[in-house]
Amino acid sequence: MTSVWPQLEPLLPRVQKPARYIGCEDGAKATFPDPELVSWCFTYPDTYEVGLPNQGLQILYEIVNERPDARADRSYAPWVDLEELMRQEKLPLFSVEHHTPAGEFDAIAFNLSAELTYTNLLNCIDLAGVPIHSRDRTERDPLIMVGGHCTYNPEPLADFVDVVVLGDGEEVVGEITEVMVRHLASTAERPAAKFADRRALLLDLARIESVYVPSLYEMTYDGPTVAAVKPLVEGLPTLIEKRTVADLADWPYPKEQLVPLTEVVHDRLNVEVFRGCTRGCRFCQAGMITRPVRERPADQVRTMVGEGLRRTGYDEVTLTSLSTADFSNVEEVVTDLMNDGDAAGCGPVSVSLPSLRVDAFGVGIAAQLQRAKRGGLTFAPEAGTWRMRQIINKLIREEDLYQAVDAAFSQGWKRVKLYFLIGLPSETDEDTAGIAELAKNCVAIGKKHNNRASVTVSVGGFVPKPFTPFQWFGQNTAEELQRKINLLRDATRRMRGVQLKWHDPRATLAEGIASRGDRRLGPVIEQVWRNGGVFQEWSEHFDIERWTTAMADNGLRVEDFVYRHRTEGEVLPWDHLWAGLHKDFLWQDWQDALAEVGLEDCRWTPCYDCGACTGYGIEHVVASATPPAGGSQGTGQDLTTGGAVPVTVLPSRPGPAPEDRNENRIGEHAEVSA
Amino acid sequence: MSPPPRLRLRIRFTKAGKIRFVSHRDVARLFERAMRIVRLPMAYSEGFSPRPKLSFGLALSVGHESNAEYLDVEVTEMPDVESLAAALTDALPDGLTVEAVVVLEQGAVSLQQVITSCTWRIEVLGVPTDRVTAAVALALDAPELLLERVRKGKTAVADVRPAILALRVAGPTRGTPARETPTRDGLPPHGTELEVELSNESTSLRPSELIEVLGRLAAGPDSPEPDGGLIEGRVRRTHQWIEVDGIRSEPVSRPDASTRHELRRAS
Repeated sequence: MTSVWPQLEPLLPRVQKPARYIGCEDGAKATFPDPELVSWCFTYPDTYEVGLPNQGLQILYEIVNERPDARADRSYAPWVDLEELMRQEKLPLFSVEHHTPAGEFDAIAFNLSAELTYTNLLNCIDLAGVPIHSRDRTERDPLIMVGGHCTYNPEPLADFVDVVVLGDGEEVVGEITEVMVRHLASTAERPAAKFADRRALLLDLARIESVYVPSLYEMTYDGPTVAAVKPLVEGLPTLIEKRTVADLADWPYPKEQLVPLTEVVHDRLNVEVFRGCTRGCRFCQAGMITRPVRERPADQVRTMVGEGLRRTGYDEVTLTSLSTADFSNVEEVVTDLMNDGDAAGCGPVSVSLPSLRVDAFGVGIAAQLQRAKRGGLTFAPEAGTWRMRQIINKLIREEDLYQAVDAAFSQGWKRVKLYFLIGLPSETDEDTAGIAELAKNCVAIGKKHNNRASVTVSVGGFVPKPFTPFQWFGQNTAEELQRKINLLRDATRRMRGVQLKWHDPRATLAEGIASRGDRRLGPVIEQVWRNGGVFQEWSEHFDIERWTTAMADNGLRVEDFVYRHRTEGEVLPWDHLWAGLHKDFLWQDWQDALAEVGLEDCRWTPCYDCGACTGYGIEHVVASATPPAGGSQGTGQDLTTGGAVPVTVLPSRPGPAPEDRNENRIGEHAEVSA
Repeated sequence: MSPPPRLRLRIRFTKAGKIRFVSHRDVARLFERAMRIVRLPMAYSEGFSPRPKLSFGLALSVGHESNAEYLDVEVTEMPDVESLAAALTDALPDGLTVEAVVVLEQGAVSLQQVITSCTWRIEVLGVPTDRVTAAVALALDAPELLLERVRKGKTAVADVRPAILALRVAGPTRGTPARETPTRDGLPPHGTELEVELSNESTSLRPSELIEVLGRLAAGPDSPEPDGGLIEGRVRRTHQWIEVDGIRSEPVSRPDASTRHELRRAS
């Protein structure tokens, strides 16, 4: 293995934030680059600051480096200033540990957490000196692998990736490594040649459960829709099932979280307390595809936090999950942690939760945790009216929100941030206007406690995602979303104390294009990339024209891929993949949504047979047989609805976008009312 | 009633190798974490957002190395100062080495205010040593050296000659490996090392600005290449000085120069 450090070093004084290219993190594994080992380069296709904290990559990185037959480095997309110099100097993408060219690894494995990083994926492959099309690669090239939430519809990337992994990676990364070991080229040929026979390797990989090799399957079309996806080789599975780790207690990773030398997002200790979510919010792909709920034992959480703080010197820990306040005995656990932190004699330690439940219980926990700062507190009611919240199954009553906000302001917080989606199914202007009403009432509540109380309303357009009940819904057009934003701007303009921020509806459209497409999207993504469309989550690099032009140039209609309502009978581009959810469960939940029927959290109520537990022979692993204080998603609450209003899906209009809640990224516009 | 005495420590450390690309602010964060790892009983500020009471001296530009960096930290009880330097070095990333820790006297003045000048070793690349030597001679002879700089959006011209307290050519260097890129005109990849003492008082001058000034002198008034082809190579601060009544001393002297580690190059 070679190192590009001597060539890279003189470039670093000429770029912004050079510290992101030097590695040297505490926790980094500098496993000796022995050619006898299978080598992985785990790569995040966005900047170091965004990618380093990614827990999925850190977990796999440790697991691989613990193996006797493999090693792993990490890599991140260079920012545009360094990329320009690298291309000028013919320097390839490199790993941060050994500054080894990425093309020298046996596998470059990407985490895909957001569709707008797809063009960066292509850019990284190209910078690595690897042909961007899977079909052009040879035994000399690394395998290009992808995992992460976006891979539940990998078809738009089918031309570019060799191997797709669905679900939890802890076990399957080892199985893939073992197959790669068997196919390595002879030591004499390495590292120039990586594998003895690439096709034989791919065939063996495709037989591993949860591994999908797109090149071994054929996709056919029927007009705008998919006709079928079939294996090209006999004996390959026709349905590829996601992998689920049954017990998180077996996987206490990362054991040594990476501590970067320069500031990154989520720059603190992160300990995952459970995986999966059963609240059943219908817009939320993460909640659907990660079922069932698997809690980490409380004692293990305490140990991981204590050891982590002592090792890293961080003074803050986040207990991560999709809804941490639902963790069994969460109060007891966090109280212990705070006391442990103080006992360590390192000054105040704060514990934070990534998302807050919208009720007084949630605020109570936040107050207990956040002894230090009392800046802003964030809630996500997601929709402006009770009708709409039933449709999306986010069963927060108005009084829950007001109690939570009242509790927050009364306990010293000065700012409350509220997240909403617009462009949800059957949304009316009344629902949109309801967002402004909620904000106004929250400010009024705040003023009782603090005259400078303010509420920030952050609005994102909804993008329907695969394996959710809303996967059939036609997304709002960018124009429709902009119209709704304008309604909110008008409504909030004169509301004192209300600040409105919104996500660019054009970025929402681009995400929609990439989210539910099929293989015909490949040339579109390639064209956007070739025309300079990298870092699409960064507003200074985003231009919707690149996307719409590429669609038109490839004979594709945005209408077909984004705005169109899908029908019950049609083949969806991800029907050959299995996230554990029965399609008829999702369809029924979609019908319930349109009928404004909410579903209670199934952890403490009867099973709805979504498929996630039964399919894997496991049940929700929870430490407590009773719901946490305050209830969860309808359990233990009176959810009498208002009058039933029949809902119809609007004819092909459209839709919304995702939640980009990363404050370090751009794409949000702000307006402060007078 | 007089306030209780404050317990403060002054730490001397070096920064070398890859970590020279880490910013001053990030180094502060690295020290904060290292101090928690070694359980140093740091004093915290009051208020909603308590922070440890750390204060750093002069900033060091990203990319520059140093044999002589300092920081002060206030503690609530006196730790074992003898073992602290080694413990902190262990807790810090490679490239940051704590060389000495001393207890500050009551009322000691802050680092920012007390430093009068710094000595630097500056590598100049891109031109042969004789051109650098000539530019140095011109600089030393000049009655004034005007430098235009933009600060807070405004352009100001200052005479920076008084900031150059000492300047000499120390000799040729090996140069930076693979430095073909910045070298122009097919010149050999070696450089020239300058030793310079720059004032930190009313008139100040940064190493990068000195190279700009020398480049202009090397180029002559009407040159199409106003930087004279001079390129900044490795830059290392060797000393920070406190001068009182004509006597120069360091904030914390190095314990024993003969036993210190050689500064290792990156890679």
